[in-house]
Amino acid sequence: MADKIKFGFLLAGGCAGCETALVDISERLVDALDHLEVVFWAPTVADVKYKDLEAMEDGYIDLAFVDGMVRNTENEHTVKVLRQKSKTLVAFGACASLGGIAALGDMHSKKELFDQAYKDTFSTDNPEGILPEPQCLWEGKYDLTLPAFTKRVSTIDQLVDVDYYVGGCPPHHDFIFQLIQAVVSGNLPPKGSWLTSGKAVCDVCKRNPAEHDQQRLPIGEVYRTVEGLPDEDKCLLQQGYICFGPVTQGDCQASCLNVNIPCRGCGGPIPGVRDYGARCVSMVASSLKDDQTAEKLIAKFNDMAKFCYRYSYSSGILNQKLTPGNKA
Amino acid sequence: MKKIEINPMTRLEGHGKIAIFLDENGNVDDAFFQTVEFRGYEKFLQGMPIEEVPRTVSTVCGVCRAVHFLCSMKASDDVYGVAPPSTGRKLRELFYSAHTVEDHTAVLYALGFPDFVVGPDASPAERNLVGLIKAVGAETGKLVLQKRGLAVKIFELLGGKPNHPVAALPGGWSKRINEEERAQIEKWAEELVELGKLTLQVFDDVVLKNPKYMELVTGEMYRVEVGNMATVDEQNRFALYDGTQKAIDAQGNVVGTFRGKEYLDFISERVLPWSYLKFPYNKKLGGWDGIKSGPDTNIYCVGPLARMNVVDSMSTPLAQEHFEKFHDTFGAWPVHYIQAYHWARAIEVLAAAEKCLELSRDPEITGSDIWNQPSSCTGEGVGILEANRGTLVHHYITDDQGIVQNANLIVSTTHNNAPINLAVKTAARHFIQDGNVSEALLNHVEMAFRPYDLCLACATHTVTGGQQPVEVNIYKNSGELYKQMKNF
Repeated sequence: MADKIKFGFLLAGGCAGCETALVDISERLVDALDHLEVVFWAPTVADVKYKDLEAMEDGYIDLAFVDGMVRNTENEHTVKVLRQKSKTLVAFGACASLGGIAALGDMHSKKELFDQAYKDTFSTDNPEGILPEPQCLWEGKYDLTLPAFTKRVSTIDQLVDVDYYVGGCPPHHDFIFQLIQAVVSGNLPPKGSWLTSGKAVCDVCKRNPAEHDQQRLPIGEVYRTVEGLPDEDKCLLQQGYICFGPVTQGDCQASCLNVNIPCRGCGGPIPGVRDYGARCVSMVASSLKDDQTAEKLIAKFNDMAKFCYRYSYSSGILNQKLTPGNKA
Repeated sequence: MKKIEINPMTRLEGHGKIAIFLDENGNVDDAFFQTVEFRGYEKFLQGMPIEEVPRTVSTVCGVCRAVHFLCSMKASDDVYGVAPPSTGRKLRELFYSAHTVEDHTAVLYALGFPDFVVGPDASPAERNLVGLIKAVGAETGKLVLQKRGLAVKIFELLGGKPNHPVAALPGGWSKRINEEERAQIEKWAEELVELGKLTLQVFDDVVLKNPKYMELVTGEMYRVEVGNMATVDEQNRFALYDGTQKAIDAQGNVVGTFRGKEYLDFISERVLPWSYLKFPYNKKLGGWDGIKSGPDTNIYCVGPLARMNVVDSMSTPLAQEHFEKFHDTFGAWPVHYIQAYHWARAIEVLAAAEKCLELSRDPEITGSDIWNQPSSCTGEGVGILEANRGTLVHHYITDDQGIVQNANLIVSTTHNNAPINLAVKTAARHFIQDGNVSEALLNHVEMAFRPYDLCLACATHTVTGGQQPVEVNIYKNSGELYKQMKNF
């Protein structure tokens, strides 16, 4: 048997859903480990801390996944070190590639976030208005420190070079298994690519009007999911339920659509899209029948930024200073 | 004063760490468990339609991936003043029972069992899931993963996405199941019951029959005397999806029961400057009195052990047998030995699997009436769910269109913040004496916080290893590094 691929997996600022998704390949995981030698999996499998990662030779790891966005200095440091030690680095999942849900926090100031959590919530008992402090001498004798946050959430590629991107919140476990097979067989596209089938959610959705020889028509109604139960066989967008399927990668088997719920874009943009949220707005707007329908959309989804950038705010170009190579 | 800092690996929201301070004799003066868990969900959910919240807030955690989803969905029922029809409710419960099986299984085999199967004194390199598979054999490892995978299949079939599900609707569920799907779920559920039995057998063989391990399970170094809080059904039985919250004090006296917004009469969260995690206490038992254990404390814990202490019985027959054995073993009630959390978790795998099977055979489960469509908006909703790691609260205020204006989340591990601090302090005092900091401290301190299955929002552990890498730095009074030890 050929040498095993030295594999690393770093959890940056995410929720570990991507790691759970890898475990969800279930008994196939045991077979996958025949081909992968896990040399680093923070925080657990390989019991290696980043100091040990630092001690590795540059390029020691053949293939590294990083999931989660960068949200504190520790993430920054480990991601940079992992890049140095890895021949191939994959931004794995929506947070690493696009910013993810937590990037919505960047639509608020740090003060707003902290005051809500530590002062204004209904069950908080904080008569002195204390906030967690990076350094505190507790009871005058215990010197206790806490880490601080970065100013903004950033994607992995705003910090270091990324070889491949994988979408999904998290990537579907069947797709992960296909990825592992592709990696093991050396069947990877040029660096800088998204690892994706290249299809949109609509392409794999059984509701697609094209599947039923029907034409897409302009939409004259806009509904929130709470306003009605859509027909189980028809395109949700055609029925007025705003769905981001047309502009989202479909490596998910259209799983949300399978349970009658519209896509919100966790798969990331279809190839060629620079700013996912902007593309969503243009896709939806161009699907609407007339101005009155657009008014309905704005009235019903008046948090348009949080709606269209739900998984991708960090990678958008709103409020961002663009630099060569898009590094933060 | 000498400071020992134990730094577990950085986790998703920064990192948790433990600081231990020694007095001039080298004994433990005090110890602190500090954590970073802050992303600001309570703020950035504002402006979102409430029905979009469940699939969004699910990303608080990718391990306990159903609980924030379900809890906020229950709150959204309240916001619109609608209850799901019977079939809709049962689909939710089936979905949650499947999740409980896969989540608890992952936690037990990756985090709980390695300490016992591989051994607390084994090399850290071996004391994890890989070592566990080696110890039990690849075939058994595959079997457990395969059966756990069936719970994930049920989760995906009902919830849509296999992680961060989407099938939530205020007043119901968006996905019906047909007879073919029901029959498939029933077959899978039968295997999950087998997984539950197998898991309890492993616990029985490895822990209960080993006197050395039973010393740890019933040892003072792992005893934390605090109150308990959990959900009960109308017969005071074990309930996960819905019921009434019941709080007992450290001696077992009932402090009270509550539902919905009444949580505010019981739970208050204190802010301390040295942790990003707040410190809840039961305010029915008086105001903030610090992090204290003992018969009169108002600190309480939640999760599997709290449930075993609060309920009178389980709601399914096989789990009930093990529940009785559990209480016969400990005798004294409430049980304050924290290693018992693992046993309680194993019993719950079986209980949740039995529930899956029961619901999969329920004639109503294939009904078409899965949603009561909302017609008006009350503007406020509280969801309380008995999450795998304990009581979870989501509270939302909306405008008259159901757009979120304010939010409050009390996450399960937050309730356990003070108890974890107490557990770490107790273990540290036991294992560090007269300046002797033994290597055993490392794993024995780990073993003090692992039962709680920390979910520092959440995913403080991945489910693929059993090891919290820990580094201990011990400083002299002068600040000079005296000794450094690592378990990795």
